[in-house]
Amino acid sequence: MGLNMPTKKKTIDASALVRIQKENFSIEEMVSLVKSTSKGIGAVVVFLGAGRDVSKGETITMLDFEHYPGMAEKKLRGIRERAIANFNIIEMAMVHRFGPIEIGENIVLIVAASAHRNDAFMACEWAITELKRITPIWKREMTAKGDVWVSETP
Amino acid sequence: MIIVRFFAMLKGIAKAETKEYVVNGPITVAELKAMLKKDFPGLAPALDGRSVLISVNQEFASKDSVVKDGDEVGLLPPFSGG
Repeated sequence: MGLNMPTKKKTIDASALVRIQKENFSIEEMVSLVKSTSKGIGAVVVFLGAGRDVSKGETITMLDFEHYPGMAEKKLRGIRERAIANFNIIEMAMVHRFGPIEIGENIVLIVAASAHRNDAFMACEWAITELKRITPIWKREMTAKGDVWVSETP
Repeated sequence: MIIVRFFAMLKGIAKAETKEYVVNGPITVAELKAMLKKDFPGLAPALDGRSVLISVNQEFASKDSVVKDGDEVGLLPPFSGG
């Protein structure tokens, strides 16, 4: 066995690692799940998107997310596959919620795991940007002036 | 039959979630857009602009993409997930 022989990776069903769901998710559980795939993981980077109470100067009271069932999941699975193929990472998990979301609640989670931190940082940043770019998910913000569908992504 | 699905603000403009069309043969996305504009004049600015993407069977499509009986078409306004 060579010195740089990669540690064996345990395959976990993609449906556990890539999810679009109404209910909240546990960051701890998703990180544990990703870490369980390989003992070669030495760095885990987590991106958590949460419901913010202000947008363009308006106070937001609540959020509501709509997605294209089927297509949104397919796009997220594709992003995970491309992240694993194009970055030097071992595993990635992605979870996005839909339906009503209160201010401060979790919206989206990306977990990227690699041997060394830089690969996980880069893959995580790329994945959330790609998610915003190509995944059919839409946010509606409830403000005192009414409901607004958000049509631009910063 | 072709089923067209509206999302987010387009659902509000169309006042519908879906629209079904019976077609005699394959048509292009551009032809389907013309039919939608006739049935939902309010959608015309969105359909003429560049911000609304079209999907056919849950894959991104172009104006020349072919739509046929049994296909599902999505009208996708700018995404704002994440």
